[in-house]
Amino acid sequence: MANDAPPSSASADTPETIGERIVLDDLGIRRCLMRIAHEIVESNADLSELYVVAVPNGGVPLARMLVDNLAQVSECEVPLGILDTTLYRDDLVTRGMRPRLRRTEMPSSVDARVVVLVEDVVSTGRTIRAAMDALMDFGRPSGVKVVALVDRGHRELPIKIDHVGKNIPTQPGEAVVLRGSEVDFEGDLEVVVQARRVRDSRVEHRAGQMERGA
Amino acid sequence: MIGQDLLGIENLEREQIELILETAERMQEIGAREVKKVPTLRGHTLVNLFFEPSTRTQTSFEIAGKRLSADVVNFSASSSSLTKAESLLDTGKTIDAMDPDAVIVRHKVAGVPQRLADVLEAPVINAGDGAHEHPSQALLDMLTVSQEKGRIEGLTVAIIGDIAHSRVARSNIYGFTKLGAEVRVAGPPTMLPARVEALGVKAYTSLREALDGADVVMALRIQNERIAGACFPSVREYSATFGLDRVKLRYARPDAIVMHPGPVNRGVELSHDLADQRPSVVLDQVRNGVALRMALLYLIAGRRSAVERG
Repeated sequence: MANDAPPSSASADTPETIGERIVLDDLGIRRCLMRIAHEIVESNADLSELYVVAVPNGGVPLARMLVDNLAQVSECEVPLGILDTTLYRDDLVTRGMRPRLRRTEMPSSVDARVVVLVEDVVSTGRTIRAAMDALMDFGRPSGVKVVALVDRGHRELPIKIDHVGKNIPTQPGEAVVLRGSEVDFEGDLEVVVQARRVRDSRVEHRAGQMERGA
Repeated sequence: MIGQDLLGIENLEREQIELILETAERMQEIGAREVKKVPTLRGHTLVNLFFEPSTRTQTSFEIAGKRLSADVVNFSASSSSLTKAESLLDTGKTIDAMDPDAVIVRHKVAGVPQRLADVLEAPVINAGDGAHEHPSQALLDMLTVSQEKGRIEGLTVAIIGDIAHSRVARSNIYGFTKLGAEVRVAGPPTMLPARVEALGVKAYTSLREALDGADVVMALRIQNERIAGACFPSVREYSATFGLDRVKLRYARPDAIVMHPGPVNRGVELSHDLADQRPSVVLDQVRNGVALRMALLYLIAGRRSAVERG
């Protein structure tokens, strides 16, 4: 790394956003999570087995809300963990990148608990796959459920979402992001669909191959 | 940073140091788990190429690599073809031909890691070269201080001992000054390099003045065997003047911590109780060393050509 320029704060492969629309506002998000809390209470006989685990960064504020809602609906204190999946990703070698790590805080073992994984946006299913692998390093859960605020489709792995806030079909080149009105998901939350200028090198490579008739 | 060498702190930018320290803090959580292993570097091979004996640093890198699921191979000078007079570069190229994803080098001559980095495809991590640099030690020291004190900017760090011959001192001087600490060095005049102030530090020959108001006191190892008699009259005299004990420590701030890169000569640089009891953080330094080296391997390991193919 000697003699090289420092890493810039904005990554070079961040694609340019050329337009966006809000698909879920703060109230909508809160309603989704209240409904999901009711669904979880309805489908689990023993709520004392539950353990909510957030996938950072977007899953963290949602999991907090979900735990609050569960307490409100059932008067049950559900433990909350945070599990970073970065070290379990399947593209670290193939894409030659090492993303910044996020915090992991698992207050106790997941042995014999029903773990509810909470993610903001699920698409390919690869992050959930990584989260399940990571989870097994913290014990042997008796079951794993997945909560996603948004399911945007394009699944690449056989992963089922148990509780979906909203299905939002997307086109290639579109991204779905959860963001807060303040930094670190503080303040009002909203989900936006962003149209992005695709600068994925793999896509360009494929496009080049097609042009050459390969 | 994948595929890039880590030869010293001198060439690192502040942002890079901060990224390494932040990554190391995340890695600490893995060391607290029951299953202390993640699959991140599966299929990666790391070579410990140590031309100078070092159990601590070598073991630390080995454990770090294994916790990331890399295969770690130790290549020590005594068991190698170096005893059959193979040249340094030939040894390096031979190892490189086996496609490792990082080569961790320790050598008694300054500049050897740089020389190997010039010809190797694998990134080279300097694990200590002569009196030049020992970057992973300085980074783990910065991690330890930032966690003990909650910051580095604005702290006063006093480094005591053989500054002239210490790669740990050099790397720490670069690191702590880059992160905004005030660094002081102190020792017998024979152990203070000429023009050391050019590195941005204040030099003292009085321990008392160097410790006045210090937040961090870092004692360096005295190479008994090499230095005694050449730089100071006797080990006993050195210990009486510059050895730290609880009485001399009163010159520093009341909440000052004591550090040492190890191995400690008990009763020489540190009194017996300061070798492993608060405010000494020597064993925390060792523990943090594993997490820090995991961070380095996570950020760096990977062959340069693989990065270009990306």
